[in-house]
Amino acid sequence: MALFKDEQIEGIVQKVLEELKNKRASTEVKQHSEAPELSNPDTGKTIEFPDITEYSLFEKTFIKDPIDQEYISRLKRLTPARIALGRTGPRYLTVPWLRFKADHASAMDAVFSDVSDDFLDQMNLFTVKTVVRDKDEYLTRPDLGKILSEEAKEEIRKRCQLKPQVQIIVVDGLSTKAIEANVPDFLPALLEGLKSHDLEVGMPFFIKFGRVPVMDDVNEVIQSDVVVELVGERPGLGTATSMSAYLCWRPRKGTVESDRTVVSNIHESGIPPVEAGAHVASLVKKIYDKKGSGINVNL
Amino acid sequence: MPWSTKLFGKTYTFLTIKEILAKASEEKSGDVLAGIAAGSNEERIAAKRVLAELTLKDLREDPVIPYEEDEVTRVIDDGLCKGVYNSISSMTVAEFREWLLCHNTTGEDIRRISVGLTGEMASAVAKLMSNMDLVYAASKIKVVTKNRTEMGLPGTLSYRIQPNHPSDSVEGIMASVMEGLTYGSGDAVIGINPNEDTVENTVKLLNATYDFIMEWGIPTQNCVLSHVTTQMKAVEARGKACMFFQSIAGSESCNKVFGVSSAILDEAFDMIKREGYAAGPNLMYFETGQGSELSLDTHHGADMQTLEARTYGFGRRYMPFMVNNVSGFIGPETLYDGKQITRSSLEDHFMGKLIGLPMGMAPCYTNHVKVDQNDQETAIMLLAMAGANYYMGVPGSDDCMLSYQDTSYHDDATLRELLGLRPAPEFEKWLEVMGIMKDGKLTPVAGDPSLFSTITPRGRR
Repeated sequence: MALFKDEQIEGIVQKVLEELKNKRASTEVKQHSEAPELSNPDTGKTIEFPDITEYSLFEKTFIKDPIDQEYISRLKRLTPARIALGRTGPRYLTVPWLRFKADHASAMDAVFSDVSDDFLDQMNLFTVKTVVRDKDEYLTRPDLGKILSEEAKEEIRKRCQLKPQVQIIVVDGLSTKAIEANVPDFLPALLEGLKSHDLEVGMPFFIKFGRVPVMDDVNEVIQSDVVVELVGERPGLGTATSMSAYLCWRPRKGTVESDRTVVSNIHESGIPPVEAGAHVASLVKKIYDKKGSGINVNL
Repeated sequence: MPWSTKLFGKTYTFLTIKEILAKASEEKSGDVLAGIAAGSNEERIAAKRVLAELTLKDLREDPVIPYEEDEVTRVIDDGLCKGVYNSISSMTVAEFREWLLCHNTTGEDIRRISVGLTGEMASAVAKLMSNMDLVYAASKIKVVTKNRTEMGLPGTLSYRIQPNHPSDSVEGIMASVMEGLTYGSGDAVIGINPNEDTVENTVKLLNATYDFIMEWGIPTQNCVLSHVTTQMKAVEARGKACMFFQSIAGSESCNKVFGVSSAILDEAFDMIKREGYAAGPNLMYFETGQGSELSLDTHHGADMQTLEARTYGFGRRYMPFMVNNVSGFIGPETLYDGKQITRSSLEDHFMGKLIGLPMGMAPCYTNHVKVDQNDQETAIMLLAMAGANYYMGVPGSDDCMLSYQDTSYHDDATLRELLGLRPAPEFEKWLEVMGIMKDGKLTPVAGDPSLFSTITPRGRR
C-alpha cells in the first residue's frame, strides 16, 4: 500500500518492517517454549464459537429471505453503515446486536483502561503525569489535561536532554489501545526517518492523562525545535485504535491549535503505523527547515 | 439585591439571578467545570427554594446576559408579545409550575402564553420540575409544523433518516436511505451531515436526495447539514433544498463561533422562502444541545440549561420546521453520564415545547462517556411519552461518519409500536402503497431494502 510516493519513505518502511519482523519472530519462539501445557484430558473437547468481530461491516447481511439477495449484497458493499441488519419484530437480530455491543465495549475499554507498565517498559518510555488525579477527572476536566504536574517537570529536567532538535512524546489521550497498537511500529519508523534526516532526537517519554496542548507545557521545559506528540484518538465503533501525530514548531504557552500540523487516522486499516512514522519524519524535516508548522505553513 | 433563605437553620444567600439559576440546576459536569454549580446538595435546594419565589417579571428584567451586550437577549426580548407577557408577569415560578401541571390547563392554554416567555423563564420553571413533571407537562403541548409535509400531529411520531457516509458517497447514502424507508423512517426529513462542507458537495447531495424523493413520490423533505452559508451558496448554484439547517446557541459570542448571527439567519430565511423547494411556512432546521457555549468558552457564567432555553427563544424568530436537540454529543465534560444526559434531554424537550418549538430529540452518546445503549433507549422511551415530534434514524445506531451513537431505524419502529403512534399521515399512505406498512403495522417485507429493486418508481411510470 503506497500512500506516500516518496522513495526515501519507501526505503525506511521496508527497512523497519524487516527489523520488526525479525524481532517478533525471535520473541514468538521464546513465548512458545515458555507456554505451559494447557490441555486437560478430563474435560474433553472445547466447544468453540466463531469470533463475531471478524465479519466485515461492508459484507455481512442478515435479512432473512430477502426479495433480492444480490441487490442487498450490492447495497452493503457501498457503505460501512450498519444496514441489511434484518429484524425480529421491530428489534435487532441477536448477532448484529452483540457485534454492536462488542464494538462499543472495545471503544469504552480503549478510553477507560490505562496504558500498561509492561508496554511502557518495552518501549523504553518513562512516565510522567499531568495535574489530573484520575480517569474521571481527566474526562470531565479537559483544561487540566493540558498542564504538567510539578513532579513531571522535575522528572523531565532530570532525565531528558534539553534543547534537542526534536522531542517525541507519547500521550494516552482518549484511546490507550491506540497507543499500544501503533507505537511499537510507528516509533522505530519515525526514529529511523529522523536519523536519515540527521535530526537529533531527545529522550522520548510517556504522559499519562494528557490532552494535545500538553506539548506546550512540555516544551516550556525542554525547548526543542519540533515536538512530535502521539496521542490516542477518541474511539469510534469502526475502530478503537486510531492514533494521531501532532507536530509543532517550538510550541509554548499561547500556541494556538492552528499552529499544529496533524496526521490522523493512524491504524492498521487507516494509515498503517510504519508508513505513518516515516511520513511524519519527513514532515518534521520540513517543519524544521521552514521553522514553522500548522495551517499557515505550506509543507 | 441579594436573596436569601434558610434550610435546616442554615442561611444561604445568592447575589444575582444568574447565580440562583445556576445553583438551582440539577447536577451537571459542565456547570461544575464552569465553577458555577451549587457547592452542595443543600445549596442546590436552597437555590430552588429562592427561585420558586421569583416572578416571571424578575426573570425577564434580569437576563443572564444583559440586553445591551448580547444579540440573543435582544432578539428574545424584542420579539416578546408584551400583552401576553403582562398577563403572566406577576406569577411566581412556583405558581407557573403548578399552573402548567394543573388539570385545568390545556396544551392550547400553554401555547397561548408561550409567546410571552423568555428563555430564563422556561429554564427557571424546568429547574423546579422532576423528570415526570417534565414529561407530563410537555405531553400536553403539541407543536405542528409544515414544510412540504406536515409533522407533529397528535398521534404521530416522525423520523429523520440520517444516512451519513464517511466519504459522502451518493450510492452509499442512498443504500442507507432505502433501508430506513423500509422501516417507516424518513417522514421528518432525509437529512445528511456531509463530511466535506463545500458548495459543490452540498449541491450534489441536495439534488441526489431531492431527485430521489421526486422519483419515488415520497411525501417528505430533504436537507444537507453543511454550514448555512454553504447551503445558501449551494442554492444559488441550483441546489434543490427544502429547508436550511444551522446549529445555533444561546449567546451572541457562541453564535459568532458558529459563524452565524441574526443578520445571516434573516438572510437565509428570506432566501429559502424565495428559492426553496417547499411551500412551508416552516423552512428552517436548527440543531441545539446543552453545553455548546461551555465547550466554546462563550457561556458568560450562565448555566448550560438556561443558555439552551435562550437558544430556543432565539430560534423561535425563524418559525423552524424542526429543532434537533443533541444533548450528549459533546462529551463527559458537559454531561457526565446517562442520568445527566436523560435529565438534560427531558428539560430541553419541555423547554423547547413550552417556547413553541417542534422538538426532535437525540439523546446520543460518544464513546468516552459512561453511557451505553441501555441509557439511550431508556431516554427515548421517556421522551416518546413526553411527546417528542421526531427522532433520528441512524442505521444500527452507529453513525459511521460522525462516530457517535444515536437512535436507529429499529428503535424508531419500536417506539411507534409501543405507544400506538403512526407516521405522518401522507407518509403513511406512501408506506402503504409501497407495501411497507398496513393499518399502522410494519408488513413482513419491512426492513428489506431490495424492495426498491422490484418496484418501478412513480416518477418513472
